[in-house]
Amino acid sequence: MNARKMASYIVLAVIVIAFVISVALKGFLVTIGAFLTLFIFSFLYKDNPYYKFAEHLFVGVSAAYWMCMGFWGTMVPNLFGKLYPPVVGPVLPALKDDPVQLHMVIPLVLGILLLMRLSSKAGWISRWALAFIVGTTAGLNLVRYLRSDFIQQINNTVFSLYVNNASGFDLGATLSNVIVFGGVICGLIYFFFSKEHKGAFGAGARTGITVLMITFGASFGYTVMARISLLVGRMQFLFGDWLGMIR
Amino acid sequence: MSNGHTEQKSLVERLQSIDRRIIFVFIGLAVVIPLLFGATLKEETTPIVQAFFDTVDELPEGSRVLLSFDYGPTTAPEIQPMVDAIVRQCGERKCKMYMMAVWATGHNLTWETIEKILKPEFPEYEYGIDYINLGYKAGNQGLIRVILVDFKMMYSTDANNTAIDDFPMMKNIRNLKNFDLIISFGGGFPGIKEWVLYAGDPGKIPIGGGCTAVSAPLLYPYYPNQLIGILGGAKGAAEYENALIQAYPKYKDRKMAGMSLMMSQAVAHVVIMFFILFGNVLYFIQRSRDRARATGAE
Repeated sequence: MNARKMASYIVLAVIVIAFVISVALKGFLVTIGAFLTLFIFSFLYKDNPYYKFAEHLFVGVSAAYWMCMGFWGTMVPNLFGKLYPPVVGPVLPALKDDPVQLHMVIPLVLGILLLMRLSSKAGWISRWALAFIVGTTAGLNLVRYLRSDFIQQINNTVFSLYVNNASGFDLGATLSNVIVFGGVICGLIYFFFSKEHKGAFGAGARTGITVLMITFGASFGYTVMARISLLVGRMQFLFGDWLGMIR
Repeated sequence: MSNGHTEQKSLVERLQSIDRRIIFVFIGLAVVIPLLFGATLKEETTPIVQAFFDTVDELPEGSRVLLSFDYGPTTAPEIQPMVDAIVRQCGERKCKMYMMAVWATGHNLTWETIEKILKPEFPEYEYGIDYINLGYKAGNQGLIRVILVDFKMMYSTDANNTAIDDFPMMKNIRNLKNFDLIISFGGGFPGIKEWVLYAGDPGKIPIGGGCTAVSAPLLYPYYPNQLIGILGGAKGAAEYENALIQAYPKYKDRKMAGMSLMMSQAVAHVVIMFFILFGNVLYFIQRSRDRARATGAE
């Protein structure tokens, strides 16, 4: 037995012993959570089988969870329960006397068509259902994005560049509005390529790229904050719920 | 002299290629040490968070608030403190809370919030009369679009599979327009943006959002016309908790989850900034040496 193999057996033995002790002291669920967290953190050192195990477990459990929730939360009450209520009576007694809604046959057929992609011969039929999904989603999104993300956003940028409050001129609000308005205009200039970025237009474009860089910097800062929050959350679990070192 | 110069140069090079695991250790310590000492930071509530708080605080007793749990355990450390604070505030305002989820993972977190916050802190709240868990439904923005018109088309039962018509608080709910305020907790897809696009704007319903820090910059343009306020990440949660303590001093001595994150956040940020500056200083030292060496060679 070479040294590498020996070391891996020792690590496994240590993990098993620590797991058993932890289960005895803290219970099964907290221990499982703690060990899976440590397995994932072990990737920071280097890729290893414990990390792979935790990763695969996460993917498998997540997929199964979403599937079960979708089936019992939506398909059973909203599809089977409406197509033929008595069939869901044993699990959803509240719905057993509801009227039959025959139009629910349409989503049932579309759903079956979508599953046809599992067949190598009839896979092409799933495209019909997919076309329906793409078409309705595009239609739905087009209208809403146009109104809320385009027209309404233009409306959000049109405001007074001279703000008065109850006590007179409000310098802070005025500056804020000027920066937002100027930032939007300069950002738009930067993305306008039909005219060469020279002179005053070029200055606007340079200001635009500066505004964009500040935006990216702010986004990066927020991203760092988000990741640190997740790390703090895990540390609170490990040092608090598991080890009991945080009160 | 020559040897000394060589040693100094190699030190700079070594520091430039420092093992990333050393940085991980520093970040880990920066996060853990403040937690172990229970250090917290005092927060000041910014206008965007205060506007959110004030809107909820001005709701009359019995107002209907829809809380959508559009997040999962992966973002819970950031989002859950916001949820706890807003549920507490809604409880103080005696609002009726309708809880739902457009994320499957939000379903269980809804129960967790009910068990950890609502039931112990507001024992007078009765299920079906003052609060209800409607559970998760698939459909993303399609779901929101449908319940904007007909709530019971998607929600015929609550999360416990009881017919929603059996609950007094559901009697007058026909669609989303019957709610006084909708609050979405999330930031991913579907989330706050979808609530604004498919419910808030077309239905003229006030929407508030508590989101992860990653998605906060993308949502700020919706404030104030399309969102009443935004809580961006742990900082937003801590600010909201501060506003809650100011308005309801009974929470002053309670441990607030958002505030307890902030000292670790601050220290970790300082460490990250230090490493960024350190890396840049090393880069400029190396560049000046390379230039000097190139000039000498000529």
